[in-house]
Amino acid sequence: MVSESGFGALLRRDLLLAFRSGGELLNPLVFFVMTTSLVPLAISPSPLQLAVMAPGMIWITALLATLLALDSVFKDDFDDGSLLPLLLCPQSLWLSVLAKVLVHWLRTGLPITLVAPLLGIMLALPEAGFLPLVIGLACGTACFSLIGAVGAALTVALQKGGVLLSLIVIPLYFPVLIFGASAVQRAVEGLQYMPVLALLGAFFAFALLTTPFAAAAALRVGVNG
Amino acid sequence: MSDLVFQFPNVNAFLAMNGHGVYVWSAYGISALVLLSVALAPVRRRRKLLAAMASRLKHETGNGTP
Amino acid sequence: MWQFLKTWYHRLASPKWFYHTSGRWLPYLAAVTILLLVSGAIWGLGFAPEDARQGNSYRIIYIHVPVSVLALVGYYLMAVAGAIALIWKIKLADMVMVSAAPLGAVLTFLALLTGSIWGKPTWGTYWEWDARITSMLVLLFLYLGVLALSRAFTSRDTAYKACAILSLVGTVNIPIIYKSVDWWYTLHQPATIKLTGGSTIHPAMFKPLLVMIIGFYCFYALVLILNTRAEILRREQRSAWVRELI
Repeated sequence: MVSESGFGALLRRDLLLAFRSGGELLNPLVFFVMTTSLVPLAISPSPLQLAVMAPGMIWITALLATLLALDSVFKDDFDDGSLLPLLLCPQSLWLSVLAKVLVHWLRTGLPITLVAPLLGIMLALPEAGFLPLVIGLACGTACFSLIGAVGAALTVALQKGGVLLSLIVIPLYFPVLIFGASAVQRAVEGLQYMPVLALLGAFFAFALLTTPFAAAAALRVGVNG
Repeated sequence: MSDLVFQFPNVNAFLAMNGHGVYVWSAYGISALVLLSVALAPVRRRRKLLAAMASRLKHETGNGTP
Repeated sequence: MWQFLKTWYHRLASPKWFYHTSGRWLPYLAAVTILLLVSGAIWGLGFAPEDARQGNSYRIIYIHVPVSVLALVGYYLMAVAGAIALIWKIKLADMVMVSAAPLGAVLTFLALLTGSIWGKPTWGTYWEWDARITSMLVLLFLYLGVLALSRAFTSRDTAYKACAILSLVGTVNIPIIYKSVDWWYTLHQPATIKLTGGSTIHPAMFKPLLVMIIGFYCFYALVLILNTRAEILRREQRSAWVRELI
């Protein structure tokens, strides 16, 4: 039960820190809303055209928004020195990693999922697409956080790791984006979308089982710079 | 091996490839260039390294025996 | 038997042994590679029969397919070498991994390039978001990620470990990426574009392809060994046996 309380304590501490940072907490969300609102300006305000683009655009901007906050998953702790005790403490490292991932998702994935329907309205997304958009985003952004943690751990000690982090992580995001965006598209076209969401869920379960260990191993390597 | 015959009546037809010559020959040409440079790069790298080491060694032994 | 395996294990792990042995075999490997590639290319270009549907443009297959195969095989080889380096701390394995990354990236790029040149006479466009091309593109991105990561670290030891982990994660992901891209393509497949099925290739066309594939395997081994030898020299410049070489 030591590990459980350790997990809880770490989670509480990180959430508290995130809330105390105030404005920074909402930055990924604001980025998400801003970039999505560029779409009608760059392409066309016509609802017909927007409806076609909406599922893909919302998914792409959600991906970019989670990517933006990925850099800080381990880096803040690495910079102020509180990461090293985690590497040394008796609690399994993968549990600590999982806590960090959960905090990242609560900061990015959850607000993005909650705001996405609003952007769906603004981008004239047909009504059938809303449910799969929300379910898919909730699951997909969690996958983004999990996979991204591996990349964030590898680049934790690098000064200019931001762009590099995106480079190594984006190729791994392809399946999530494909499943997520096409679930919405299928729903809009009146096709069955549950099987696609199930695939996404399977991917999430697989990522949940494997990535914390990979990220923990990566963290042990990454801290050496 | 008797069924191995040259498929083109003459060299010009071989080069033209029924209008597909540009694609075929550019694909083969670029690939040959890229593969050759990939194969030669480590050879050149090794030669440079050996030369650098040789000069350094000479320098060191030169200092060692005044 | 066990003793035999053990001595082999230690020999293989020794960069010095590898350098000397590979040096002895290199000329033969190079000769076989050149022979296979040149004869395969001449066979494919001049002697293989013309394709009924695609005409002569299909002859690009003799480069495109072997290069694509090795680009993919190379990624797995890189990941396996990385895993060996991570688990058993064998220096030679991490040198092989470091050498495999740029080679694989170049082969993937060539596969995309020849595919795109082939696409122009066949489909009428240089680029088509077809399942195989898209998967190849993702593979190129994966390679570029590993390359970028390996350049970012100042410590060589950290760099190879980080690359090994990234390529292992990528390896797990590749089948999923391929499946998802495949599935995505069937969703959007335009009816007018039909791929040439590789399954029904005529034997007279297949034989030169086989020669080219074997030739490219030899080429890959050759360049990988050359790269690894250069890497060994670079890292072991201070050791006594390298000084003796000069």
